[in-house]
Amino acid sequence: MIWRWLPVCVLLLWAMAAFFGDVLSTGANRIDLEHILTGPGQAGLLGFDDLGRPVMQRLLAGAQTSFAVAFGVVSISLVLGTAIGLLAAYQGGWLDLFIVRLIDIFLAFPGILLAIALAGVMGPGLDNLIIALTVVGWVGYARLARGQVLSLRERDHVTAAIALGSSRWFIITRHMLPLVAAPLIVEATFGIAGMVIAEAGLSFLGLGIQPPDASWGSMIRDGTTYMLVAPHLVLAPGLVMMLVVLSLNLLGDRLRDRLDIRLATEQRKS
Amino acid sequence: MIDFLISRLISAMLVIVGVVCLVFLLIHLIPGDPVDVMLGESAQLVDRESLRRALGLDQPLSIQLIQYLSGVLRLDLGYSLHSERSVVSLLAERIPATLQLAFAAMLCAFLIALPMGILAAFKRGGVWDWGAMSFSALGISIPNFWLGPILILLFSLWLGWTPVSGRQSVSSLVLPAVTLGTGFAAILARMIRSSLLEVLGEDYVRTARAKGLDEPRVMWRHAMRNAWLPVVTLIGLQMGALLGGAVVTEVVFDWPGIGSLMIDAIHKRDYPVVQGCVLFVSLTYVLINTLTDIVYGLVDPRIQHGGGV
Repeated sequence: MIWRWLPVCVLLLWAMAAFFGDVLSTGANRIDLEHILTGPGQAGLLGFDDLGRPVMQRLLAGAQTSFAVAFGVVSISLVLGTAIGLLAAYQGGWLDLFIVRLIDIFLAFPGILLAIALAGVMGPGLDNLIIALTVVGWVGYARLARGQVLSLRERDHVTAAIALGSSRWFIITRHMLPLVAAPLIVEATFGIAGMVIAEAGLSFLGLGIQPPDASWGSMIRDGTTYMLVAPHLVLAPGLVMMLVVLSLNLLGDRLRDRLDIRLATEQRKS
Repeated sequence: MIDFLISRLISAMLVIVGVVCLVFLLIHLIPGDPVDVMLGESAQLVDRESLRRALGLDQPLSIQLIQYLSGVLRLDLGYSLHSERSVVSLLAERIPATLQLAFAAMLCAFLIALPMGILAAFKRGGVWDWGAMSFSALGISIPNFWLGPILILLFSLWLGWTPVSGRQSVSSLVLPAVTLGTGFAAILARMIRSSLLEVLGEDYVRTARAKGLDEPRVMWRHAMRNAWLPVVTLIGLQMGALLGGAVVTEVVFDWPGIGSLMIDAIHKRDYPVVQGCVLFVSLTYVLINTLTDIVYGLVDPRIQHGGGV
């Protein structure tokens, strides 16, 4: 029973580290030459890095970065993608055709590749990182929202609303959005997990957060140089990131099971 | 049948043209003057003007786009700003390594996922099922750029079984392939399990069991054959993640493929090479997906008629 709450606890800790990061991670960039590459011990809970900076504090600062980027990118992508998808499905015609083609083109870029290219071309930094990931991120939500609205458009309650003379805006916001929200929330949960990895991946490649600011990805990259003498530099940020991503994925799975009405009724029947 | 093929090819062509246009626009996203960014602000005026001409940046945008499109058709993607070699020759040199890595990763994913997915489905609710699903959850959550260094630490530095990086022998392929294949294996195992579970509940499987067939025959002759269809689609779709993930994996293991070429080019601000790499990987992905679509349509006639599965 306890382990069912574990993902929620991990995510709460992540959120707390992000919100109280400024207080908790003070000294993340403080250099202590006496403790260079020291392992976990009394001086520092998770040891010190190659410049003598405390790994624990840097992990907390990295949590702040990953939380801000993941939630920022997913929020913008979710709103943008949903709006575009709703518009395409509801308007139909050439606009729908154009948006579907645009979605197809963006989906033709594999995984994180376009984000790497964009971040690489625009230059490193937090703003460009968020822009690059959003350019890649909106597509999934637009496709999902469009598909959902297309099937909802034919439902009786929507036909009834049209017959009653409700405005288009009212039908979209009151009769469609609440029904589209569940699958979008599930998608967004997995999306946050994907963005945590994407942010760290870009920072690992040197295209995201720049020194001296901390990111779990850049901590892993810097740590690989000293892997034999100080493996904690790679292990600590990776384990923390894996826990967060795993928790988000498990939460997403659980939300999907809970919000999937069809699955729930099938289970009740059996 | 012909209509189906033509419609698939036309939509693939439209996507390809769109991809080429987007890749072309990449260079125009550089903040400020691209030539300044590539050469630095202290460069001579003559050098700047000659680079501007070489990249075609002195022309209007529409002309540049037409020139780029016609260049792609003639397999001319311009020249690297650093090595002064053609981008196509640089790509050709790196393609075998990336393909080798991608195929090895796929093979590795199959070797892990196939037995795991089948066992999980047939022993549903048991230890095997729990183990396979735990592996799957973990595999999806471990990023390549962390798994890679951990495997290097374990198998190269501590045990000394494999080389740390590079592409000298077959043994140097093992760790990159496992790193890239693990995420894919995790998704594949989950898909094989759920697809098999769905099929195992069908009437024809119950009939096969009722007529007294033994379990291996029920599995191979009746269940597996039908469970493959959704798995094949997933493989096509996942190729994108595999090719994207290859970029990061290549950097971790210093694997001389397209991914490490691209990251090198980004750091050297060699943008024609960056454009070439993105274009090559995306076009490969579009090609694979179109082929999967067509093969899938040939295998399952319901798709051609828009019935869907």
